[in-house]
Amino acid sequence: MNWLLVVEQCLNGLQFGVMLFLMAAGLTLVFGIMNLVNLAHGSLYMVGAYLATAAFNRTGSFLAAVAFALAATLAIGMLVEVIALRTLYERDHLDQVLATFGLILFFNEAVAIVWGRAALFTAVPRALSGHLQVLPGIPYPAYRAVIILVGLAVALLLYVVVSRTRLGMLIRAGASNRTMVGALGVNIRLLYTVVFGFGAALAALGGAMAGPIYSVLPGMGEEILIQVFVVIVIGGIGSIRGALVGAVVVGMVDTLGRAFLKPMLSTVIGPSAADNAGPALASMLIYILMAAVLFFRPQGLFPAVRS
Amino acid sequence: MRSARALTLVAGFLVLGLVPVVAALANQPFYLDLFRRIMIFAIAAVSLDLILGFGGMVSFGHAAYLGIGAYAVAIPAFYGIHSGLVQWPLALALSGLAALAIGAVSLRTSGVSFIMITLAFAQMLYYLGISINAWGADDGMRLARRSQFGGVVDLANAYVFYYVVFGVLVALLWLGHRLIHARFGVVIRAAKSNEPRMRAIGFATFRYKLAAFVIAGAGGGLAGALLTNQTEYLTPSYMHWTRSGDIMVMVILGGMGTLYGPVLGAVAFLLLEDILSAWTVHWQVVLGPLLVLVVLYARRGLYGLLPGAGARDG
Amino acid sequence: MAHLHPPTRAHSDLGQRQLRRLDGVLESRRLPAASIRTTQWPGMRRTKEVTVRQLRIVLVLLLIVGLFAGQAVLAAEPVKIGFITSLSGPAGIIGKHMKDSVELALEHLGRKVGGLDVEVIYGDDQRKPDVGKQLADEMLKKHKVNFVSGIIWSNVMLAVAPTVTGAGTIMVGTNAGPHELAGKMCSELYFTTSWQNDQTPEAMGKYMQDQGLTDVYAMAPNYAAGKDMVSGFKRYFKGRVVDEVYTKLGQQDYQAEISQLRGKNPKAVFVFYPGDMGIQFLKQYAQAGLREQIPLYSVYTVDEISLPAVGEAALGNYETRYWSPDLKNEANAKYVGDFKKKFGYTPSFYGAQSYDGILLIDSAVRAVRGDLGNKKGMVAAMRKADFRSTRGKFSFNVNHTPIQNFYLLRAVKGAGGDMEMQIQKTVFENHKDAYYQECPMKW
Repeated sequence: MNWLLVVEQCLNGLQFGVMLFLMAAGLTLVFGIMNLVNLAHGSLYMVGAYLATAAFNRTGSFLAAVAFALAATLAIGMLVEVIALRTLYERDHLDQVLATFGLILFFNEAVAIVWGRAALFTAVPRALSGHLQVLPGIPYPAYRAVIILVGLAVALLLYVVVSRTRLGMLIRAGASNRTMVGALGVNIRLLYTVVFGFGAALAALGGAMAGPIYSVLPGMGEEILIQVFVVIVIGGIGSIRGALVGAVVVGMVDTLGRAFLKPMLSTVIGPSAADNAGPALASMLIYILMAAVLFFRPQGLFPAVRS
Repeated sequence: MRSARALTLVAGFLVLGLVPVVAALANQPFYLDLFRRIMIFAIAAVSLDLILGFGGMVSFGHAAYLGIGAYAVAIPAFYGIHSGLVQWPLALALSGLAALAIGAVSLRTSGVSFIMITLAFAQMLYYLGISINAWGADDGMRLARRSQFGGVVDLANAYVFYYVVFGVLVALLWLGHRLIHARFGVVIRAAKSNEPRMRAIGFATFRYKLAAFVIAGAGGGLAGALLTNQTEYLTPSYMHWTRSGDIMVMVILGGMGTLYGPVLGAVAFLLLEDILSAWTVHWQVVLGPLLVLVVLYARRGLYGLLPGAGARDG
Repeated sequence: MAHLHPPTRAHSDLGQRQLRRLDGVLESRRLPAASIRTTQWPGMRRTKEVTVRQLRIVLVLLLIVGLFAGQAVLAAEPVKIGFITSLSGPAGIIGKHMKDSVELALEHLGRKVGGLDVEVIYGDDQRKPDVGKQLADEMLKKHKVNFVSGIIWSNVMLAVAPTVTGAGTIMVGTNAGPHELAGKMCSELYFTTSWQNDQTPEAMGKYMQDQGLTDVYAMAPNYAAGKDMVSGFKRYFKGRVVDEVYTKLGQQDYQAEISQLRGKNPKAVFVFYPGDMGIQFLKQYAQAGLREQIPLYSVYTVDEISLPAVGEAALGNYETRYWSPDLKNEANAKYVGDFKKKFGYTPSFYGAQSYDGILLIDSAVRAVRGDLGNKKGMVAAMRKADFRSTRGKFSFNVNHTPIQNFYLLRAVKGAGGDMEMQIQKTVFENHKDAYYQECPMKW
């Protein structure tokens, strides 16, 4: 057993999990606090990726591009919330599903109209295109290490904001009892708009960081959206801690499954059968995991407390 | 009020029933195929509405049953068994069984967990379908011949097939109507409204919900069997989660918790798709905001826009 | 919409201005007809709103009927070609390549096919077989097309082709090459201007076998086409395959697989990753530092669609294909040159095939002198393939699949600094597909 390989795969799993966390954090905030099923979260991720890529290709500065994408998507998110989503908070979840599904269609086409259907050119910024010798014999791409760091920094930032600042207090209070907070004189509508924008910015950060390593084309958010929903369901809706734990668990399980399931199976059922069964099983793994978690703990691993 | 609604419904059925006649007169047989496909999805949507609209069980994996029904027709055909009397009951039975299995596990959860678990099962079936090479994997298989009914009913005849689908749709709506107004349906709807109360009164709500889930699954399976006959083709992409999403959109768009709403939703969604995509490549940029507008301004879906629909359904 | 009634005697005491203001107030109080309030007042107002709403619905229905009726008016004379491809969604870029090439072909033909006016009806199959079939039905029964063409995906093709040929209409496929249609399900009325799916990886297998390479690591997505590509590759490559790895369809992150790959230490890597999967894999392979260490050979991965998105990450990678923009013949020079001038980007093989498809149809119609009912004549003419193809010499095998050369291509930096594909050598000459013997047709 090549232990170095196992370590490397664990690192890959961690990085994939952190990537998922960036998306999951925004989604779980919006879902948990505002009780809004937002299918268009993947579209905001896509918009963030497009804006960051366009800005990077134009200016050559990755930091400026990411900052621009965050700010612009924040604005777009707040605009969408005000125009389309504001009246949906009291409505049934299914109405929210339909409306945000309509938004997905709209954003996919809008992006294709503006930038065309061809995938955009993206590349890792020169400064980050090297490798780090994490362990002897494992050259780990520097950019992916940066993603891990950014993700952990965001987790820390969210923790600080939600539990140590006034805004965070308002958010938690609003999640607990919206009417009461409104009655106490806080502008709940503005709060919700800001939270939604914040969630959009997080999604955009995920998209901006994903751009250089994934492909930027219309509809890029849908594949990852399903995985993000799995993450927040496993982690517990409304809980940032749950999102982080869920994301890392899902990232690890998926990565390690893809890497080691086939070799493990082939020792049991033979290589040619494992050639078929391995990939099929690996793609189902996170769903099986989710089903198992939900069976034993339907509210997820770290459910947020609601009154 | 009720008579206005009844009148609208009768008018709707008349229109659907007369499509073949109009199409024949105008020498446009394509509309027969178009409306037949729409009705098949309407059947799927109505079966989903039974649990989603009336029961409050948001199943995001309904397309899985369509897929199972489709396989139940195509696999026997692959081995030379073309009799519809074998294939269609098999479709009903297999999809009902699958719904029993999936429901038994999923109904222990609720809310978002329920949505995700049903989605998970559907995804697993989809990935399973793609990997089975013997039955075409994701390339799928061609249906050599439509389901045979021993010369009595010839599905190869476009008109006969149309009326068979029409008949199935009407039968399903009738069955749904009877179920909703029977004790069974009242229990389901009451459980959606307040399940602890129902259990306190003494109803074993889990069994009722599971039964409804199985009926809906069987309905989906029948729709799948019809779909394979319609396309004369089987593909596991019938089970993809985006298909489940499409059916859910039809239900919500048409009006969930109303029996006839999903039919309207299927008609509107698929017709719009056909018309818009012929006009412009960017048809989704029009359809998207349209859906948003419907949600914002038509609270009970398209069904709520019909005259006489002000009164509650039942 | 609703008008105030003429003033009753009660209002006659009010002045004109007050009347108008009253009018406005009553107007604004009127419930918008689209909203449904369950507490509507019974009686007069309700029935009036119901009437207005009913009127609106009838108007909309009339409009829809009118639209259909309008589209039903047949234009009698021209050649009608139905072209089905994916125009929306992530794969829409391929559809765009194909559509643009069809338009260029029509332009080169002077907007006439075989001397007759031509009308092309495009359909968007959304990558779904049942939508593709519905489109085919629409084109056959509503538009009454003389030819159906296009189709990117094998599963859509398998649903559409039998429908078209079953209706007695000629089908000219311009991309998908499922082996069923090249073998057992071949049909007199079905032609393809592209290839049979396996031919391309067979060429790569042959090249790598001839080079004496061994210890190859193969990767593809876990679906029918992926498995076909690897089996086609192994039909000609007899060296040692270190491992065959199938990944999830649509997967975005390949870091785990790349780590495994590095651990196995192969001498070469063979992959099949179409579309966005390819863009992701190529970038990540380069970012892992493997591009310089382990040469990458692929099929349908590095092409004119993915190159602009990956740039130098694909530098030095090999592909095999039957065509390249730099293939030297007169027809191709004209096609590529005019295409770049008109659309501003380099065409891909998807486009070249579609261009050839239109030219093939043109040659058939010309051969029967516009007698579109003479299907046998057109089939015979198509078999001759008497047109100037972008790939140079063009001939059909018995199963109506081309017999053609395959070349080794390499991704290099072109004269202008952009990445492009360049032909390095010929791998196969007049290569036939592996399934033609299963086809019962003889001619």
